[in-house]
Amino acid sequence: MKTRRLDNYGKINRDKILSFSWDKKNYKGFEGDTLASALLANNIGIVGRSFKYHRPRGIFSSGVEESGALVTIGSKDRRDPNVRATTQELYNGLEASGQNAFPNVNFDLAGINNYLGRFFAAGFYYKTFMGIPPFEWGRGTAIWMFFEKFIRKAAGMGSASGLPDPDSYEHAHDFCDLIVVGSGPSGVAAAIEAAEKKLDVILVEQDSLVGGDQLAENDFDNSQTKNQLENLGIKIMTRTTAFGLYDNCVVGLLERVTDHISSPNLNIPRQRFWTIRAKHIIVGAGAIERHIAFNNNDIPGVMTVNASKHYLNRYGVLSGKRIVIATNNDSVYETAQQLSEAGANVTVLDSRINFEIKTNKSFEIRKGYVPYNINGSKKIDSLDISKSENINKSETINCDQVLLSGGWSPAVHLLSHRGIRPKWDYSNACFLPSDTKENITLVGSARGLWNKNDCIASGIAGTTDALNRLGISKTNYFFPKPGGWKNPIQPLYEVKYKKSRSKSFVDYQHDVTTDDVRLAHREGFISVEHLKRYTTLGMANDQGKMGNIIGLSLMAELLNKEIPEVGTTVFRPPYTPVSIGALSGRNVGKHFRPLRVTPMHQWNIDHGAKMIEVGLYQRPWYYPKENETLNDSYIREASTVRKTVGICDVTSLGKIAIQGPDSTEFLNRIYSNGFSKLQVGKARYGIMLRDDGIVMDDGTSWRLAENEYFMTTSTSEAAKVMSWLEELLQTRWTDLNVNVTSVSEQWAGVSVAGPKSREVLNNCVDDSLDVSNNNLPFMGVTSTFLKGNIPCRIARISFSGELAFEVYVKSDFANTMMDLLWENAKKYDGCLYGLEALGTLRVEKGHVTAAELDGRVTIDDAGLSKMASTKKSYIGSAMRKRGVLKNNDREILVGFFPTNLKETFNAGTIVCEKNNIKGQGIGRITSVTYSPELGHWIGLGFVKGGLDKWKDTNLVGADPVRNKQMNLKVVSPHMIDPKGERMYA
Amino acid sequence: MIRINCPYCGERDHSEFSYGGDATINYPSLDASEKEWTEAIFFRKNIKGFQFETWHHSNGCRMWLVVERSTVTHEIKSVKPCHPNLQKVVENNK
Repeated sequence: MKTRRLDNYGKINRDKILSFSWDKKNYKGFEGDTLASALLANNIGIVGRSFKYHRPRGIFSSGVEESGALVTIGSKDRRDPNVRATTQELYNGLEASGQNAFPNVNFDLAGINNYLGRFFAAGFYYKTFMGIPPFEWGRGTAIWMFFEKFIRKAAGMGSASGLPDPDSYEHAHDFCDLIVVGSGPSGVAAAIEAAEKKLDVILVEQDSLVGGDQLAENDFDNSQTKNQLENLGIKIMTRTTAFGLYDNCVVGLLERVTDHISSPNLNIPRQRFWTIRAKHIIVGAGAIERHIAFNNNDIPGVMTVNASKHYLNRYGVLSGKRIVIATNNDSVYETAQQLSEAGANVTVLDSRINFEIKTNKSFEIRKGYVPYNINGSKKIDSLDISKSENINKSETINCDQVLLSGGWSPAVHLLSHRGIRPKWDYSNACFLPSDTKENITLVGSARGLWNKNDCIASGIAGTTDALNRLGISKTNYFFPKPGGWKNPIQPLYEVKYKKSRSKSFVDYQHDVTTDDVRLAHREGFISVEHLKRYTTLGMANDQGKMGNIIGLSLMAELLNKEIPEVGTTVFRPPYTPVSIGALSGRNVGKHFRPLRVTPMHQWNIDHGAKMIEVGLYQRPWYYPKENETLNDSYIREASTVRKTVGICDVTSLGKIAIQGPDSTEFLNRIYSNGFSKLQVGKARYGIMLRDDGIVMDDGTSWRLAENEYFMTTSTSEAAKVMSWLEELLQTRWTDLNVNVTSVSEQWAGVSVAGPKSREVLNNCVDDSLDVSNNNLPFMGVTSTFLKGNIPCRIARISFSGELAFEVYVKSDFANTMMDLLWENAKKYDGCLYGLEALGTLRVEKGHVTAAELDGRVTIDDAGLSKMASTKKSYIGSAMRKRGVLKNNDREILVGFFPTNLKETFNAGTIVCEKNNIKGQGIGRITSVTYSPELGHWIGLGFVKGGLDKWKDTNLVGADPVRNKQMNLKVVSPHMIDPKGERMYA
Repeated sequence: MIRINCPYCGERDHSEFSYGGDATINYPSLDASEKEWTEAIFFRKNIKGFQFETWHHSNGCRMWLVVERSTVTHEIKSVKPCHPNLQKVVENNK
């Protein structure tokens, strides 16, 4: 291919010269170039290697349908693979390189694959599962796994940098009356019409300039169009792709903010991911020119006809010297004339025999001829041609470029996203959009209109349609009929090669040939969806924008059917690739999800806490002294609590205010245990079941006044319980006068636990009588004041099994409360304790948490049968003894000791009988800890039949993940102080 | 993206809401039989077309809503509060 830059052509800015590198060599281009046009202008023909066969590939198109010129842009952590050179704007210092080749695209050692084509036919990857014939050697996954790494390395595309992305991305939102996708003649006409009718309009264009296909016209002035649109108040979004349509007129956009700038301001996001909520959508996405399948139709120098027109008139690049154009329709003749006027020697092969076309006779037209075979490997030497009526090589034309036009495919992709199936139009040999009830209208060549005036008329009609559907007007309108060429198109998808093996490419992206489609048919993959998956036709970057129809037509021919009977695959979003960075936006690193901290978060850290994430919450994990490890620390903390006193931040518990005259009745219905007799000034532990009788959550409710309760829930279920209470009150028990309010953020809570806890509190409250055993017995509640006139709520509740209190103050007083409590706890050699020690204390005591209450456990399984009232009905009471829930061999909560007390075990260990170590065993260990009180490791968990069945049996704890096994014995879950003497002290 | 017209907050994305379930179930009384509860909890119609379902405006006003939605097209015909008293308030404010 001999290309050259012409002086009098193009819309590039020749005053601004840009330098760039291609495969480490430096070249020059102009502002306004794409990487593709700059490469062409520098006479670089080979820009890539194909997916399977590593055949040299050039530039096929000038737009998003490109499947040959996939290159890698940038280096190091900014390396961006599989970028279409045809849409990458040139900037100063751009670094680009070829991919899928070693050492480079000009000389690629894997080019040998081209000669091994018979091994790489469709489905070869799947066939590696079947072993090597004739004996199916290695059948199964082993051989596949052996081959996989070689296949993945050899077949493929660019590789990711593997480094963290240094750029930032952003999510943005907007609303409008009308969004117009595409700024070609129809889109612009629609936008102008709508703006004049006072609609709020957004116009989206994936290119850097407005104009659409008009940018390939020599006399088109895009800045004039842009000014006109802007003066009407239309919001123009260039470099922005509408990649998907969603329910209720929501459009997803990807705006490439800095991909065209050489050293962008790092404060600006690289890309923006827009969610647009519109009232109506007009799609003027245009149409894409198809190629034709014939032997060696992928040699560098092959291009679509329209692409050459863009390179000539937009970029001033004449893409060949001796050009053959092969067509089956009228759309190429204007381009043929312009190419010949620009100095190329042009021959047009038209598969049609009887038709009239007006030209200036500056080029030769061969009626009734089609391309048959290209000679050459890295460039085109000559083209063998054939008569269209009798396919066989008839003569050879010397040329350096072959331009193809096999017809046009309207870009119906966005409609396909909405589940709207296109219908086949025989007279235009293309799929056209079907009607939809949704507020979406197609205009321009996306609805099969081939001339500009029809496109403009359709744009205006489209806006009228939108106004009618929005109820703004009631105006009659009509769309021009599809078509617009003087002579009808003659379907031409493949020119069959007579020799046994051919490389006639249907889909350039994945090296899918006509032989592959036939192989899929022979092997029974005849539905389009199977054809796609077996051959990979229509997959990857270009999603079959050029090749899909050719593949469908071949399958139709093999099945003796028409294309509409064969159908088409569904296009799904995105229309063009969307980077993962844009999808995640700012939700990366620390901002991946929201972070919740308690009001004494900083206080905890200042006092040496190591933090741990629990759900979204940051909670103190342990408070190491000097060189203590986690184990040292939590064992010391738990022992200190049992010996004297400890303080623990429990603010993350859910807290709900329940108020209103029917509050007591409400609690009595939602808890399994009775609440009707709870006195004011007392708290009660309660269990909530789901409708189906399984435990939902446990917590406490404190009766503060006749009609007012303060409920605590577990940390993990707080949001769920709140929604559940609201659901019950708003949907089921609408006669109850109860109000529920989440007050989780409003109250800061601590647990003060240990034999010295009352003495600590004595020193912290205004009136120490308030917390005496008389005034505040076990499960008692009081509202009083901490020193310094700080209002607080105290309940004598114990999760540790010790004498213990929960103290709540308004969040603003959290630090003051901590200072006060800590100052006094220190006097008794107390400690601060974290989640790890909290776990130790509750496991020793046999209290359950979310690790045990996992949504499969009944109240009886948890050993809490006495919490299920028999005197009332409540949520779940009818269902808790249903079917399998009453089986005798249910897994029941128990404690576990290692038989050899020196051994340790882990949560997740499977409990088995001695001679039957397999499968799910007879139980599982859910929580483990070292017990300072007992001096060895202990666990909580479940075993079928419970303690009674296994208490004298030696069981085995199997831990295959850690390759560990130990002997276990089952004990009561209440491993210390089973009578609760300490709590009641 | 489904857009739900919350009677209190206005039209919002479905990501602000949580799906509840079938809005046509009449839950039996708490002392009803296991059989009645089984019917209410486990048996659901698989409707093609419009159905009434509950949604919770969990990231908004916290109202539980009855939404009439097509399972085929996601078209929404009506949205109203579940609680009859809230329905009256909405009606009176129209």
